[in-house]
Amino acid sequence: MSVAHCGDFRQTYREDMKVLETRFIRVSVGAFVVLLYLFPLAAGNYLTSTVTTIAIAVIGALGINIVTGFTGQISLGHGAFMGVGAFACSYYMRVAHLPFWVAMPAAGITTAAVGMVFGLPSARLKGLYLAIATLAAQFILQYLFVHMDFVTGGSNGIVSPPPEIGSFAFDGDRSKYYLTVTIAVMAVLFTTNLIRSRDGRAFIAVRDHYLSAEIMGVPLFKYRLLSFAISAFYAGIAGSLWGVYTGYLSAEQFTIAESINYLAMIIIGGLGSVLGSIFGAIFMTLLPQILTVGTGALAGIFPKIGFLIMSFKEGIFGLIVILFLIFEPDGLAHRWRLIKSYWKLFPFSY
Amino acid sequence: MERPVQLAVENISLRFGGVMALGGLGFSVRKGEIFSIIGPNGAGKTSMLNCVSGRYHPQKGSIAFDGHDITHRPPAARARLGIARTFQNIALFKGMTVLDNLLIGRHIHLKSGFLRGGFYLGPCQKEEIEHRRFVEDIVDFLEIEHIRKRTVGTLAYGLQKRVELARALALNPKLILLDEPMAGMNLEETEDMVRFILDINQERGITVILVEHDMGVVMDISDRLVVLNFGEKIGEGTPEEVQADPEVIKAYLGGEASVFLGR
Ligand SMILES: Nc1ncnc2c1ncn2[C@@H]1O[C@H](COP(=O)(O)OP(=O)(O)O)[C@@H](O)[C@H]1O
Ligand SMILES: [Mg+2]
Repeated sequence: MSVAHCGDFRQTYREDMKVLETRFIRVSVGAFVVLLYLFPLAAGNYLTSTVTTIAIAVIGALGINIVTGFTGQISLGHGAFMGVGAFACSYYMRVAHLPFWVAMPAAGITTAAVGMVFGLPSARLKGLYLAIATLAAQFILQYLFVHMDFVTGGSNGIVSPPPEIGSFAFDGDRSKYYLTVTIAVMAVLFTTNLIRSRDGRAFIAVRDHYLSAEIMGVPLFKYRLLSFAISAFYAGIAGSLWGVYTGYLSAEQFTIAESINYLAMIIIGGLGSVLGSIFGAIFMTLLPQILTVGTGALAGIFPKIGFLIMSFKEGIFGLIVILFLIFEPDGLAHRWRLIKSYWKLFPFSY
Repeated sequence: MERPVQLAVENISLRFGGVMALGGLGFSVRKGEIFSIIGPNGAGKTSMLNCVSGRYHPQKGSIAFDGHDITHRPPAARARLGIARTFQNIALFKGMTVLDNLLIGRHIHLKSGFLRGGFYLGPCQKEEIEHRRFVEDIVDFLEIEHIRKRTVGTLAYGLQKRVELARALALNPKLILLDEPMAGMNLEETEDMVRFILDINQERGITVILVEHDMGVVMDISDRLVVLNFGEKIGEGTPEEVQADPEVIKAYLGGEASVFLGR
């Protein structure tokens, strides 16, 4: 079997440009998607909604990876952009009485426009200075979430109505799962294609060497702004789905902590990698939950110091993240590639 | 039969604070020529190329390309007009493969925006394949087939120089600016590079502006050249004329004409 994997028998450019290079990979990915759709039938409500939150995180992580990982502009406002999408979607449904299927894309476009406005400083600023400008975006938006009562419900928060098709409402764990996972799969496909076509390549060129990108005919400002817009669009979609998931929105859900969480996701998963966005989303969603279960169990065994163990949770979380950054600085996606190339050559591992 | 002027540089002055990098420089390059700019380090050769490609903006003077005044146009607009270049210090997209670097050269010719790209529907795929074919021709021409899927940052210096030339060619330019393409190369690599430059010029009909220190090469392949010293022109003409110019010999060569003779 190893022989078939080593050989490069691709004959045409079309074949050579396939994303999923070998038949084995194609079958594996196909099987994974099928399993994804069968999953809720076997899993309980808790696991089903956990994967739903992972799928939302995947969409958000893909978004921030476009502006940060692929285009090289650190964004510290992604959490707030999700908020814009979530509140906008809810507003369009409640006030404009649009169906979710119109409200969600409209929320995405609204968020893209907001992202573009806050991306304007990229005309002049780069690196840490631009990062600080996006941080300002985070705080300005957070302020607006609290003070624009008529849209966001202010400090009371506001409901986010469920999507409907005819008389069927997406308000159960399973239906939310299918909706979210389907859109996440679409987001993964879209991003993969984007990156292997003109504008995606331009993003990476701007990241790798902006001066020569410009000399090669890539207008810098256009692509810097476009990356902010597309990234925010994803955030808007993820935010809309977050609204569907929780049914209730409030400003505290979209703080700087959320932005940092997304940044950590793509750094741990892999900057500039679609697969890395997925790995990062899984990691950062599961780790706190595993820690909660783990420390809860430990506290049960040692009831006397239970409180102490529980309070270590955040610390352990931080520690694990730091250890990951030290030992996997290129992200989980890089480790995955190494493992894959190892197995490709198995058993000749030199 | 004089060829028409393709690039007209007039009275360009460029200063950086107190440093006068270019002081009223002017010359014109004709269509289909190999035109060289020579001069000692710090003479302003790279600065001149930067003014043509749009990275530097001269305080005075004008540059016209194919009849368009490009003095104040942004770099990307000049690329669209057909000006490509390579850099003295390699400036490739290090995280991308060789093929993707070349495909950036096709950017201005590709039409699919992010929506079509993201859905990767028929027209986009067709276009990608078409331009992949164009790029593969350049890969064959520059003999870099074996590294086409490699990440550029992992390649040896000489190969990176060649990939940079390939990327400039992918733009399908009318004028190509080469900033010391042979610097740091061994004899064999230098000979390859000379052959490529001649082919680019003769077979593809691309005008070449060459900045190079290897006088053997410069005198061999240039149609005409200018000599710079401290940002000013001290000589211009065919290789024979320049080599016989006492002014040039005095200023640039410290009185020794032998520098021009062979490698
Ligand atoms: N970006 C810059 N900032 C300040 N000075 C510069 C800059 N670019 C070039 N110079 C100065 O302009 C002069 C010409 O430099 P350059 O064009 O690189 O020369 P060459 O390529 O002929 O060696 C030098 O004195 C150099 O220090
Ligand atoms: Mg130079």
